[in-house]
Formats: sequence, C-alpha cells, structure tokens
Amino acid sequence: MKLFAIRGGIHPEYRKELASDKAITALPMPQRLRILLHQHIGAPARLLVAAGERVLKGQMIAQGQGPVSAPAHAPTSGYIESVSEVTAPHASGLSQTAVVLVPDGKEEWAPLPTPLADPLTAEPQAIRDLVAQAGIVGMGGAAFPSVVKLHLGTQRKLEMLVLNGAECEPYLTCDDRVMREHPDEVIDGARIMAHALGAPLVIIGIEDNKPEALEAMTREAAAFPEVQVRPVPVQYPMGSERHLVQALTGRETPAAKLTADIGAVVHNVATAQAIHHAVRFGRPLIERVVTVSGRAVREPRNILAPIGAPVTALIDFCGGLVGVPARLVQGGPMMGQPLPSLDVPVIKGTSGILALNAEETGEAEPGPCIRCGTCVAICPCGLVPLEMAAFIRTDNLDGANNLGVTECLSCGSCSWACPSHIPLVQYFNYAKGMLKTKERDRAKHERTKTLTEAHRDRLERAAAAKAAAAAAKATTKGTPPAARQPRAEEPAEA
Amino acid sequence: MMIETATTSAPYTHSAASVQKTMTTVILALVPATAFNLYLFGWPAVFLFAVTVGACAAMEGLALLISGRRLMPTLGDGSAVLTGWLLAMTLPPWAPWWTGVLGAVFAILLGKQIFGGLGQNLFNPAMVARVALLVSFPVAMTSWVAPHPLFWTGTPGFLDALAITFGGQIPDGYSAATALGLVKTGLSMGQTVSQSVGQLPDLMDMGLGLRAGSLGETSALLILGGGLFLIWKKVITWHVPAAMLGTLFVAATLGHLANPERFTDGAFQILSGAAFLGAFFIATDYVTSPVSKTGQLIFGFGVGLLTWIIRSFAGYPEGVAFAVLLMNSLTPIIDQYTRPRRFGRTRRGEPLAPQGDK
Repeated sequence: MKLFAIRGGIHPEYRKELASDKAITALPMPQRLRILLHQHIGAPARLLVAAGERVLKGQMIAQGQGPVSAPAHAPTSGYIESVSEVTAPHASGLSQTAVVLVPDGKEEWAPLPTPLADPLTAEPQAIRDLVAQAGIVGMGGAAFPSVVKLHLGTQRKLEMLVLNGAECEPYLTCDDRVMREHPDEVIDGARIMAHALGAPLVIIGIEDNKPEALEAMTREAAAFPEVQVRPVPVQYPMGSERHLVQALTGRETPAAKLTADIGAVVHNVATAQAIHHAVRFGRPLIERVVTVSGRAVREPRNILAPIGAPVTALIDFCGGLVGVPARLVQGGPMMGQPLPSLDVPVIKGTSGILALNAEETGEAEPGPCIRCGTCVAICPCGLVPLEMAAFIRTDNLDGANNLGVTECLSCGSCSWACPSHIPLVQYFNYAKGMLKTKERDRAKHERTKTLTEAHRDRLERAAAAKAAAAAAKATTKGTPPAARQPRAEEPAEA
Repeated sequence: MMIETATTSAPYTHSAASVQKTMTTVILALVPATAFNLYLFGWPAVFLFAVTVGACAAMEGLALLISGRRLMPTLGDGSAVLTGWLLAMTLPPWAPWWTGVLGAVFAILLGKQIFGGLGQNLFNPAMVARVALLVSFPVAMTSWVAPHPLFWTGTPGFLDALAITFGGQIPDGYSAATALGLVKTGLSMGQTVSQSVGQLPDLMDMGLGLRAGSLGETSALLILGGGLFLIWKKVITWHVPAAMLGTLFVAATLGHLANPERFTDGAFQILSGAAFLGAFFIATDYVTSPVSKTGQLIFGFGVGLLTWIIRSFAGYPEGVAFAVLLMNSLTPIIDQYTRPRRFGRTRRGEPLAPQGDK
C-alpha cells in the first residue's frame, strides 16, 4: 500500500530497547493514591466525595463539568483520607486539588454502568455515553477527552478512523506493549470507535521499528476487512496526527482545520483499549500502562499503574535510580513535561516517566545561531525556526506570529538538531503563551467595551423613555408643542 | 528528590551536532587540498599559512577581550581558525607575512566581530579580507609563482623561504601567471583565448592542481574530494556547489560557443581560479548563504553567473570572491522570498482547500 512522504523530521536515538522487551507488569497497590481532579484538557472535574467516605473500585469520585471535561474514578476500593492540594506533574511545580485515597486491599468493585451487548450495532450515542462516563481521555499524552472527538462524526461524513500506534517518541514502549499483548482489545476498541464515528474504515499506523506489534496487530486484524494495519517509516514526529494522516492518505490538513475536515479522526491505541473496556465491560479508566525508562533508572519497565499512584512508587518498582538524573520527564523526551520532582501522581496522560542522565540529555550551553538551516530543513510544519527565534528574542511577537509560530507543534525537532543548542521550542512556547494572553486580553477588552456601550445605551434609553413619559404627561396638560417636539423623537432613535 | 536544573521546554535529548564538530569537519575536509598545496608551494606557503591562521585566532581572542567576553567556548568553536584557513588558501602562496596579519584584521575584526561575532556577519569574512587585500595591495596579491614542491631542486630552502615570507622579496625566475590571469592579460594584448590557453598546463594538470594559483585552490580534485566528504557528513548539501559550478560551466560554455576566441570554455572556467574552493567551501558558508534549499540554489546560481561575468568582462581575472560578496548581500532577501511552504497552507500562505488539494 502506498505511503506518502511527510516533510522534514528527525531520527533521534530511540533507546526503546531499554524497555521494549519488558512485558506489562502491574504495580503493587501503593499505600496512597492521589487522584487529581484535573487530569485532562478542559474544565476540572467536580468533586463527588468527602474525606472519611469509603469508595469502591470504579466509583465516580469526581464528575466532568461542561462540554470538554472528564470524570475521575476510584482505582481501587478504600477510604478517602482527604481532599488536598498536591504537587501536579507539571513543569510549574504548582499544586492541584487531589482526592487522597487509602486503598483497603479489598478491590471491591462498585456497580458499573451497563455495558453494551453488541456495541457494533448500538446507537453511537450509547457508546459515547459509556466513553464519557468512563472518563477516557487521549492516552498518547494530550489527555483530550475522547468523547469530544467521538462526536466529530455527527457533523461530518468521516471516511476513516486512524489509530495512532506510531509511538514516535524515543524511550516510550507502552503503546508497543499494549499492541503486542492486547491486540484483540485494541482492535475491538478501534472498531467500536469507528462505528461511533460512522467511519467505514480503520487504518492503524505503526512505525516499522515495532515489528512484533505490527505482526500481532496484523494477525488480529485479519478477521476484519475494514481494519488495515500499515507500517509507517520511522521518522519523528510521525505520531503527530496531521502528519500521520498525511503519511497514510496523502491528505494534508488545511491550516486551522481538523483532520476530521479531511475525513479522518485520529485516536491513540491505548485509548482504543480503554474504550474496549468501557463499552464491553462498563469499566472506567482507572489504570494505564506507563513506560518507566532512561539510563538513570535501574531496571526500566512497562508498568500497569493505577491512576494516582505516586511516581516514586513506580521508580521503586524499577529498582530505584542510578545516580542523580539530569532530567526527570513525564512523557517522551521530545515533547514531555519536565517534572520538578518525583513526588507527583500518575495521571491519565502519563505515557512515560523518564529519568535521564546527563549523557542522554546532551544538554549544553546555547551558542550563537550559525544559520546552518538545519531547523528549516527539518521543521515538519514548514516553518523557519531560526527567524522566528530571532524575532522572539527581540520580543517582536507579531513578527513571529506572521511567520506562523502559532502553527508550531512544539515537536522539538529543531531544538534537538540545533548545533548551537539554542532552546528554540522554549522561545516558541513563550511566544505562543504571550500571543494567547494578548489575544485573551484583547477579547476581554473587546467584551468590556461592548458591555460598557450596552450599559450606556441602556441608561440613555431609560432616560429618554422617562423624558418621553414626562413630555407625554405635559402634553396632556397643554404644554406648547414647540417645547416637547425634540424630546418626543428621542425614544425612536434609541 | 528535586531537580535543580533550570526549567526549559523539551526536548530533553539532543543530536550529536555541535558548532565545534561542524567546524572541525570542514577543516578536516580541507586538509588534503591544503597539504598538497603546502607541499606544492613549499616553505613560504607553510609560513604564510601558519601566520594567517595564527593571526585570525589571535584577532578573535583580542576581540573577545576588548568586548569583555569569555575566551572560551568562543575561541574553541574553531570558526576563527577556519576563517584563517580559508583566507590563507586564497592568498598567493608566496605573499609576504603581513598580508596574512592584515587579512586577519579585515576578516575577524572588520568582517566578523564588528557585526557581533559568529553568525552575525552579513559577508563572508575570508572573502572580505581577500577582496580588501586585493584592492589595497594589488601587487602583493597578484604575485604568483609556479609550483615548487618541497625538497625539489630549485625550490627555496627553509632559510630562503623565511626571506621570501618575512623579507617580502620573491627572487627572480620564480614568478608565473595564473591561468585566468594569463588569459586576461593575453586578451588585453590582443591575443586570442586559444593562443593563451596553448601556453597553459593541460586540463588534466589543472584538475590535479599542478598550476600556479592561490595557496590552497589549485587542486580541484582534492577540493572535490573534501567537498564530497562534507556532503557525505551532511555538513553541506549539493545545492550550492552544483548550482554554482553548473551555472559557471553553462555560462562559459555558451560564451565559448558564441565566441571561442573571446571566451574560455566551461571546463577551463570551473577548473581554474577558486571555482571549486569557492563552490564547496566558501559559497557554502552557513552564516552568509541562504538557509532554505531553494534559496541555496538561487544563491549558487548567482555566484556562478557573477563569477563568469566578472572573470569575462571586469578588470580582475578572478571573480569568485567578488561574486560571493555580492550574493552575500542578497542573502537576507533571498531568505525572505524562499521560505518553505507551511503545513496546511499554499505557497502564498492561504489555508489549503479541504481534501488536501495543493
């Protein structure tokens, strides 16, 4: 089958061999779980439990609010010790509200939503309801509520579901292991999603550095003619949804549009597995596979961890650290979040926990740009990183905006390749943040202005109406016409 | 456990590339051609080479001291040494020592550090120096010698060489014209191109480098080898060299076809002067050439065409240095007009129509 070229990209050292042969192992239940109310893109969930309460495994402990949100569930049975602020797995190191759950070891399940007997003929809305109730979010790392993406078929005619098994980030092997060990669940989940989306075709794109996963998935997909498993070349960032769709179909998503606008919706393989669990068994998303790797980890592993498990417990399960790591990262090394400490919980989007030594990070002091043009050649978005960075350095955000900085994926290819070690993505993230703030301020200002104007109009109208009423009263009393004429016209104007 | 390093965005992994590695690779690629020419032109060339490279490094250090910056890592990035190396390769091999020192002042202080140092200069520092020297000291900069390999009879010994480089006198009987110079002079004296070319080494010798010329430019073959090594090492791409040499070859061939007694042919043009050195090592300078591949093709085309025009119609026999500087000045505007097409947009920047029509 024909594949299509994508622009640019890089071939970093993948170092997947550190963990790729380690089968998924369940983490022994930690003594405490800290489940964040805000693990996803969108509004935080609303708390449903209080300290001292007993909860059952799978019980909803926080409810999604608003159109883009997701609920949270108890990963095991136990007692709510407290609802408190804990350090979030985010670069800022800021704290967030979490439910602190002390497991009782009984693993007693709560009553679960009724699963669908035959999801492939069910109403799409019934599938979406189960997915929403299960709190499933994009498990590739973005953590966007999956149900929102399952709605994309309601307004558009979709041609295909693209299942993202590229796993192009170095080190990460969690998707690889899920595909190798549970290809049946992934493919079933994908077929359920495709049905919910109204998409007749499922294409599963897997980078060809995962031959075992390709083999397992191909074997499992053989029974379903509508499911195609396709190897894609190893080329970071193949896992970017726009680029994966382009590689598989040759279609390029127009700027400011979604892949759905060209007929394809992209979901991650682990998300498909979670959807299989939710729709077939009513089970919420309460655990996920996390790759713990890096050369500063004694024994890298793929761990099935309950949501809320402390990252320290995962590291301990891997035999602890070797020396002091240069970086702790949540996610992959190309696009992951720096962790300020290990004292943070696993969330639904935690695909990896990496402890990297200095040799692996290869960090060096930034030097001057020598205009080598590597960043231009490899940018998968066709941007000019060196020029954008030059603008941002002088705080010329409009200049950077005109060059398309907001279309940057932050894939990190340019920073990775820069011989001068210039932190280009840092510049672009800064600019994107500032531009967003400016835009928000502008919108706010605009809104304030509209409200002020409306308020003034209202006051004027009220005054005019009052005056008109007074004038009308006066007329009946026989005021001369000349005096009341101008006033009588005012209400009509307003 | 807390991590103390500053928080910057991902990535937290990096390619093995570094500025120092790039510069070292380029220098490595220059070694065969340089070694051959140092052998070919003997001790005076060795002295001039050492003085020029040393002076460039010294000027870089001086500029860093004056501006209150740290000597390291800047001095260690190898860029000043490379500039000095390239400048030395473009000097007449028996030129006096002060051309190297003055060249270093032009190249490093005026050509590079005045603009803010590495990456900031608009013009190729080595070419700035070469042109400034050529215009200021035309005699010293056009005193060429025929090849006099080390340890051959008739070749100046160590002490004679000291007198040549540091005493500034080229003994009688050594000087020779370059191929381009001979043709230019011949034309001005009413000789046809074929008459002049008849007095020159054949094309094979020219390609091998057995000819008069600048200190490091004569062996097209070894320079080509170095250039291919750089392409293999992915330090440069084929775009600039191919566009430049191709254009020069085609322009010269067309000229020669139109009037063979007035214009030399394509092979002669690309094998003489600094065409190969310029194509692979000078026009490919990162800082002063466009960043996109399209831009590099335009740049190479411009350098090739201007080289031919200057060589054929201007007062100087050699044109690469001028052509490179002229195209350097166009680099910013070439960059502006050759930005890549953004993902999901047309060349003009409009969002693509749905269904991915281009």
